[in-house]
Amino acid sequence: MQDIATTHEVLGNLKLVYTIYALSIISLVGWFGYRVTKQPDSTKTWITPKVFYTYLALLVLTGVGIHILTYNKIPWVAWELKKHMIKPDRQITITIKDHKFILPETKPIVLQCGEKVKFNVKSEDLTYGFGLFRPDNSMVFQMQVIPKYDNDILWVFTEPGTYNILSTEYSGPEGAFMGVKNAVRVDCSKKVALGGLR
Amino acid sequence: MSLKELLLNGNEGGLDAQSLTPIQKITLRTVIVGLLYYGLAALEGMIMRAHEVKPLPMIDEGHFFAIMTVHPIVGIFGSTYLIVFGAFTFLVPYLMKKPLYSVKLANYTWMTIAGGTLLAWLAGFIYHYAPLYTIYWPLPVDFSQFKVIGGFMFVLGVALIMIGTLMFIFNIYATVFYTPEGYEKQPLKPMLMSAFGIDGFLNLINKIRGKEPYAKEPPLSLPIVAIFRGTVDTFLDALVILGAGLLILAYIGAEVFGWGWDMHSVNSLLYKNVFWWGLDLIADGLVLIYVAGTWYLLAMLITGRNLFMQNIARAALLLELVVSWAVWSHHLLSDQPQPEIMKLASGEMITAFELITQGLAFFITLVTLWKARPLKMTNELKFLLGGLLGFGLAVPAGIIQADMGINRLLHNTQWIIGPHVHVAILVGLTMTLYSAIYIMLPILTNSSVKLYSQKLANLHFWLHLIGGIGMGAFMGMAGIDGMLRRHLYVGGEFSGYMFLAAICGLMLLSAWVIFMFNIIASVGVKNLLQIFTPSTIDEKVIVPEPVPVKAASGAEVPPTNAPAKEKEDD
Repeated sequence: MQDIATTHEVLGNLKLVYTIYALSIISLVGWFGYRVTKQPDSTKTWITPKVFYTYLALLVLTGVGIHILTYNKIPWVAWELKKHMIKPDRQITITIKDHKFILPETKPIVLQCGEKVKFNVKSEDLTYGFGLFRPDNSMVFQMQVIPKYDNDILWVFTEPGTYNILSTEYSGPEGAFMGVKNAVRVDCSKKVALGGLR
Repeated sequence: MSLKELLLNGNEGGLDAQSLTPIQKITLRTVIVGLLYYGLAALEGMIMRAHEVKPLPMIDEGHFFAIMTVHPIVGIFGSTYLIVFGAFTFLVPYLMKKPLYSVKLANYTWMTIAGGTLLAWLAGFIYHYAPLYTIYWPLPVDFSQFKVIGGFMFVLGVALIMIGTLMFIFNIYATVFYTPEGYEKQPLKPMLMSAFGIDGFLNLINKIRGKEPYAKEPPLSLPIVAIFRGTVDTFLDALVILGAGLLILAYIGAEVFGWGWDMHSVNSLLYKNVFWWGLDLIADGLVLIYVAGTWYLLAMLITGRNLFMQNIARAALLLELVVSWAVWSHHLLSDQPQPEIMKLASGEMITAFELITQGLAFFITLVTLWKARPLKMTNELKFLLGGLLGFGLAVPAGIIQADMGINRLLHNTQWIIGPHVHVAILVGLTMTLYSAIYIMLPILTNSSVKLYSQKLANLHFWLHLIGGIGMGAFMGMAGIDGMLRRHLYVGGEFSGYMFLAAICGLMLLSAWVIFMFNIIASVGVKNLLQIFTPSTIDEKVIVPEPVPVKAASGAEVPPTNAPAKEKEDD
């Protein structure tokens, strides 16, 4: 099975990159606050229109570059954009009604690592959310569940374990704790080859 | 002087309320009520923070989510709208040097918004009406969970807020365009071109083509352009929220009279698109634009200089017009029936332009300050820097989550509401507003108020800054670890992060208490109450005598529509 980035890795990188950025911008503004009160050493300035336009170009590059980077490094972006062309190995249809998840089979639903699984979630009444979470409460993925629509998400599991379902959208106080414990179990003893996902 | 005397009479006699003009009094009323609502929002936030650490016995799910529903209504409309509207109601006539179109309307405006906020808050407090501010259809009309009367009160309250908003908008536009008696009439076309930032854009084009500028001296100053431009979004947003309110009201009627309307007759996805289009105009339209305009004004007042790259700043406001109308889909990146092209174009690519427009405002403001070195580290300057830092942190956090890959893991987690929303509002917006309050205090009080304690002002600054950034950071870490923003955790799953976030929340609340004490000790309660009595001065007078603002650079800045002349950088 080819290596694909896990949600843990993506979020770990995000935490690192954003922390570095946050510390840098805090330092920059702190330094600015200190220096702006001091007499300048000379009247010459390096802040020219050229510097300004370079900064502008950097903003454009960063804004667009983030999405190009994630498209190439985060596999589920391509799964999402190409989901209409990808034939899933399994389809799991789940219904939500009266703040309850109705699973198609007795839990846990057993899935294989590397399987292309399409979750089709329908709501009979309100807007809900559908998310899979590890036992340590970290998220694997989530989507919104719009009533009267087919809400589909294609996913390929790479980590063995048991997962909980939680509603990731508020649906009134009655849905405050909505979820199903140990709803999905992923087995990685029989790995299915990944193909046609890019 | 005893503490009691100090609080009653203020520092060195406190505010001279007799010298205040009608518009000064109305502005002070609006801002004071806005600050009180800020305190209520902070208290609500603290209750929720404490409940996230360890569930409080007196709060059940219904009550918790009712607080969560009214918290942004009180914080955004009751506090921010009032403070911003109050400031702009004064600044537009002050900068344009002509009377406000209607002082009476301005007085009704703050009362309508404050009353509407109170009504919406009561709907939550008494009836636990809790569809959250997002009111995703059909939750607001799910009367198996909520009482009809609660829904009615909430909708009526929000409708009043929106009506007050429309009153403010009318007054601002009327003030910009009308010609008071005895004033020279200004042609409409250049005013409109200037109001939308088109003249700045044409100046840039002409410069590239080697031609003379389209408008050497635009008829409207840059802060007025930003206020005008942001108010376009405020208007559209008010219409959308009013429309949603009418729809809910119609269903309330159907429930009461037993008409048997099917709540699924309204398409939830279409509703969500329309509602977010309108609601996003608050966050990505008026907030960013009003803030940019306020930064520009503050930078000009603090330095006594013209803005760096003024034409670019004007053109950026025009660009933001297009951008803010087309970015709402980033709120629907996790909605699978939403067309992918919408997610890619509106949700990702156009949203990325917000990094550019806000990045430009950030850069232009900093450079304007830098070029005026050395500046004195006044309260207005330090809070402005805090505001810039807040958006410097929060906007990239928003751009990161407006990505299809990252959004799959962060949507509706504490990341969204922490490092993005709360850092933007509490650090970015609120610190900018504190800066504006400090710089406007002498103008609004005719320099009669002497700040009671600079030490308390410094303490307020650091507690607010560290508390705001810290709370956002710990919420963000919890979000990355999977903590949802609209889910109750009662097993202590994230109590470590929530405990640290609660300490930071307490710092924020303490900062507000210290600030209010310092302001009341400076102004005096007796004098403060007098701002609610009518002024004896003519309504046409904006300030008794123009008060030159002492800039942090040492220069005195006259209250003029066209600040100090200087060579254009761009």
